[in-house]
Amino acid sequence: MAKTHEASSHEQHGSHGSMKSYTIGFVLSIILTIIPIVIVMNSMLSKTATLVVILAMAVLQFAVQLIFFMHLKEGENARWNMMALLLGLIILLTIVAGSIWIMTYNAVAH
Amino acid sequence: MLDTIKQFASEFFVTGDPLILGAQVSIGLASVAIVFVLTFFKKWGWLWREWLTTVDHKRIGIMYIICSILMLFRGGVDALLMRLQLAMPGVEFLQADHYNAIFTTHGVIMILFMAMPLMFGLFNIVVPLQIGARDVAYPFLNSLSFWMFFFGAMLFNVSFVIGGSPDAGWLAYPPLSELSHSPGVGQNFYIWGIQISGIGSLATGINFIVTILKMRAPGMKLMKMPMFSWSVLSSCIMIIFAFPILTVTLFLLFLDRFAGAHFFTLDGGGNPMMYINLIWMWGHPEVYIVVVPAFGIFSEVVATFSRKKLFGYKSMVFAMIGISVLSFFTWVHHFFTMGSGADVNAFFAITTMLIAIPTGVKVFNWLFTMFRGRIRFSTPMMWSIAFIPCFVIGGMTGVLLSVAPADFQFHNSYFLIAHFHQVLIGGVVFGYFAGLYYWWPKMFGFTLNEHLGKWAFWFWNIGFYVCFMPQYFLGLDGMTRRTYTYDFDMGWGPLNLVSTIGGFLMGLAFIFQVWQIAYSIKKHKKDTTGDVWDGRTLEWSIPSPAPFYNFAVSPTVEETDDWWERKQKGEKPLAPIPDSALTPIHMPKNSAIPFIKSALWFVAGFGFVWGWLWMAIPAMIGVGICMLVRSFSYDTDYYVPVDEVKRTELLARGAKA
Amino acid sequence: MAHAAANHGHGAHGHDHHDHHDQESMKTFGFWIFLITDVILFGTLFATYIVLRGNTNGGPTPEELFQMPGIIAETFILLTSSFTSGIAVLAMNRGNKKQLIGWLAVTAVLGAAFITLEVIEFVHLVNEGATISTSAFLSAFFTLVGTHGLHVSLGLIWMIALMLQLRKRGITPVTKRKVENISLYWHFLDVVWIFVLTVVYLMGVM
Repeated sequence: MAKTHEASSHEQHGSHGSMKSYTIGFVLSIILTIIPIVIVMNSMLSKTATLVVILAMAVLQFAVQLIFFMHLKEGENARWNMMALLLGLIILLTIVAGSIWIMTYNAVAH
Repeated sequence: MLDTIKQFASEFFVTGDPLILGAQVSIGLASVAIVFVLTFFKKWGWLWREWLTTVDHKRIGIMYIICSILMLFRGGVDALLMRLQLAMPGVEFLQADHYNAIFTTHGVIMILFMAMPLMFGLFNIVVPLQIGARDVAYPFLNSLSFWMFFFGAMLFNVSFVIGGSPDAGWLAYPPLSELSHSPGVGQNFYIWGIQISGIGSLATGINFIVTILKMRAPGMKLMKMPMFSWSVLSSCIMIIFAFPILTVTLFLLFLDRFAGAHFFTLDGGGNPMMYINLIWMWGHPEVYIVVVPAFGIFSEVVATFSRKKLFGYKSMVFAMIGISVLSFFTWVHHFFTMGSGADVNAFFAITTMLIAIPTGVKVFNWLFTMFRGRIRFSTPMMWSIAFIPCFVIGGMTGVLLSVAPADFQFHNSYFLIAHFHQVLIGGVVFGYFAGLYYWWPKMFGFTLNEHLGKWAFWFWNIGFYVCFMPQYFLGLDGMTRRTYTYDFDMGWGPLNLVSTIGGFLMGLAFIFQVWQIAYSIKKHKKDTTGDVWDGRTLEWSIPSPAPFYNFAVSPTVEETDDWWERKQKGEKPLAPIPDSALTPIHMPKNSAIPFIKSALWFVAGFGFVWGWLWMAIPAMIGVGICMLVRSFSYDTDYYVPVDEVKRTELLARGAKA
Repeated sequence: MAHAAANHGHGAHGHDHHDHHDQESMKTFGFWIFLITDVILFGTLFATYIVLRGNTNGGPTPEELFQMPGIIAETFILLTSSFTSGIAVLAMNRGNKKQLIGWLAVTAVLGAAFITLEVIEFVHLVNEGATISTSAFLSAFFTLVGTHGLHVSLGLIWMIALMLQLRKRGITPVTKRKVENISLYWHFLDVVWIFVLTVVYLMGVM
């Protein structure tokens, strides 16, 4: 495959990655998708264990995609990006967990 | 045919109230007058080019501020109407449903259409100048933010003359705000007015975070940045995390009303408490969003008018960032009494008490800044000094409220009303007034009359205490909020009367402020140095008003309060700039899209309010087309030639050939 | 005050490229922050769904309604489209305009397939009598999943607009930034779908 460069493109910045890293990310994501589906569709574990496993797989796949697809660690704003994401996730957790906790005491008839 | 029109008109226009009829007529006449004046003086082109399509942050800031002052007037009139109704027992000036509509619009307007735009106005005027930048990160988006606010506010404001005002309180709790209990269109105006305006707020949050993080002048490290800009960063961090919650919550309420959904309904498995949970997840950070920039203003003003470096810079920064994060962990204190139980209440009582600490740190830092300073009592400084006792008392009553068991007595009483007005007026309003007075010369190139300003100041302050201190005692005496009248036997009459007098004193103060502005425009005492207060930060190193590109030469910064330090080393305000230093300046072009797109949002919102999809859907498609047009436009900037920069600078710095 | 003439003075070209580079990277940074706000938006919808999903109002439950084969197909289609959007970016970094547009087109087709399957699913549910007004559970379901679908649909329109711009202007610093942004957006939507799959569908049929 011939490499062609635009005359104006100077440094290589922004999204990095290679075919290799995208493929690894893709394969890992497929695996992390198949496992929870198989476990649930075949009722292979107890309710609690299933819950833990599928959530863990989801979080892992999230991390995989952040690193292999979205190149979280690279680029000139990487530090700010990570800080924003971290704070966002903390608040996300607060919203979800906080709501679940508070609404346990505020449930209505179904 | 005529009958159908009559029937439609009687539902479309609000009828049956002389006050509202008066308003409808006034609005009609004012609109005609404005169109007439613009046409007669041939100013449509000027209006379009200089204001409606501008992307200049300074112009946008001025537009925000003008709107907020108009909204302060409307919100204030709402307040005085309420105070008249409550001045004595059994007054029959306002019926209950009219009273409900008034306290609802008072709250929505004051927080969302007065405080927020005034704050965004100050962000826009000050931040790029303070950090040595030529505009914000996304000037087009900035303009869009303003017009979304404008048209959202318009949509909300139009409701009291067309269709009917919302009347379920400023936060519209279900089930009262559901179709079952509010079948009219008022609640729809509420939802769409705030939703449209909220999109603008979110965009501003993103805009200023990137501006502050990426566009500071060379040498201005974050820990050397002026404190107001830090406060803006802190506030915007809260904005970007809080406003999406509001967007979702309002949207869910809309779905309940429009599509028969059951999020918060009494039937179908809906849970109204989930709304209260979600709305306060936004609502609590919101109050910190508005107060933190006021803290930033105080830091600037206190340091400048004490002629002393701000005490405890680092702790000020950590305190604000701490507040930004912690503000997302206290929301349940707004509904301690609503059934969440002891564990939940205890947790949130503690977090609420904790958040008082960083604010306390800041108060001490301001006091230590003033200690052994050489204080000048100009109006900005007077507002800042007045803020301290007022806000501290308000904050302390907040800590009283945070004791969950005690809150069972205080909740929804006048004690609560007194508390939040004290922190909002003492903190936010006093702060923004201080900022407005402080940066006014930079915005307009002339100073405001100090004498009239002092009259306004004293009437505001005395009026405030006379109005709200009695309300603490009314609350302790059992008077609940949102009641349109009360019996003589309750014994609440005397304190209510005192409170009403205080309210009117504040109204008088506002008149003084309007007079002050009008008088000062006439007198036009020019700001010839760009630095009327002998300031400390970069915005005072350029002419007033600032040239459209702000800095002819991008400043290089060495330390905190860099402009002050440069002056100590001998530099004079408005020193001429050598021609060799000038280069062409990269600036963004104006754009009509923000105005048009926001107007289309208004039309869509109006359509959704009335359930007229034939109006709403084409308008939303129009919004999409505007976005595509913008996506396809590549010719969005230009360069200001050196000659023009030279000419502008000569004119601004005093043309001496 | 607006000027149409662009006047490049001496030394402005150096400024120019540095300016544009900074501007474009700033626009991607801003877009990333926007995505974080979208995280909060979806988070609120997820919280609402979790709190209300047990409130079926005597109506159909998740186990009764969800048809997993279609959902699994949607999942792999979207995941693959996320991968192909990455390949598109790689083509762009190599300067290959044709492949860039080609792989974006593949991504869009896969995205359209995802939406088609989702519309079919929704229509089927409505025909079964499970609508947004049947129960709180269904209100929350349609809103959460529907909001994701709306994001994907808007992304498709954006992608087509971008492909047209690429065809006309080729790979420039500006179009490069636009492709980077849309690919971030597309990956983000796939991540959200992972959690929709897990929290809504898998936890629903468990």
